[in-house]
Amino acid sequence: MALDASVRDAVLAAVPSLRAFAISLCGNVDRADDLVQETLLRALANINSFQPGTNMSAWLFTILRNHFRSEYRKRRREVEDGDGSYAETLKSHPEQYGRVEFEEFRTALAKLPPDQREALVLVGASGFSYEEAATICECAVGTIKSRVNRARTRLSELMSVESVDDFGPDRTTRAILARTERA
Amino acid sequence: MKDAKSTGTRSQMETGTSPGKPDAKLGRDIQAKIGQQLRALYDEVLNQGVPDRFADLLNRLDKPDDKESR
Repeated sequence: MALDASVRDAVLAAVPSLRAFAISLCGNVDRADDLVQETLLRALANINSFQPGTNMSAWLFTILRNHFRSEYRKRRREVEDGDGSYAETLKSHPEQYGRVEFEEFRTALAKLPPDQREALVLVGASGFSYEEAATICECAVGTIKSRVNRARTRLSELMSVESVDDFGPDRTTRAILARTERA
Repeated sequence: MKDAKSTGTRSQMETGTSPGKPDAKLGRDIQAKIGQQLRALYDEVLNQGVPDRFADLLNRLDKPDDKESR
């Protein structure tokens, strides 16, 4: 399969952002990278269904999300991630934010319901519009707005009441697990 | 409530923001902080660029005659 150079470049350019999104979904860098790899393979196998001129990044995010959701159900029990590799990879936090704040935020983010976390990340970090996020998540724009609002409200509550001293990586892992089991 | 701005964020919680409700009263500070932290977390990954495995993958797929290698 010979790739059009512009397609290849667009796919490559989307990789960092796909990884960031995948990590926010998986909570585990290794698993996120596998997810990105599988996404790229699927995307390239179906590259003919990509409509030139449309948003390549949104197209790839949609594939990644769908793949994650189908695999996620199958592998639900495997989410355990006891190794804390998420925390490990991201430990070099930007210095302008205190470590305590950063840890506190990550812990709170991990506690959000997956739908809310995903909406917040797409709109608040990936830079997608509400409309694009709705397309990626295959739901109504109003649903995305409501999820983002709920996510912000919940995060601010979590960050207001919790002392970071109580939360190490184990708690984070447990929070993700607990959330997974309930989902 | 305005006092909560500079002091403990705890007091904001006590003023009662209910989940699921967009609330203009959510501390502006904490909302700004959420936005910053979210982007910081994301940018942390973006700054790692494209790991070799993905560049290699695309190169491999791009060159069918190379598929026997490794």
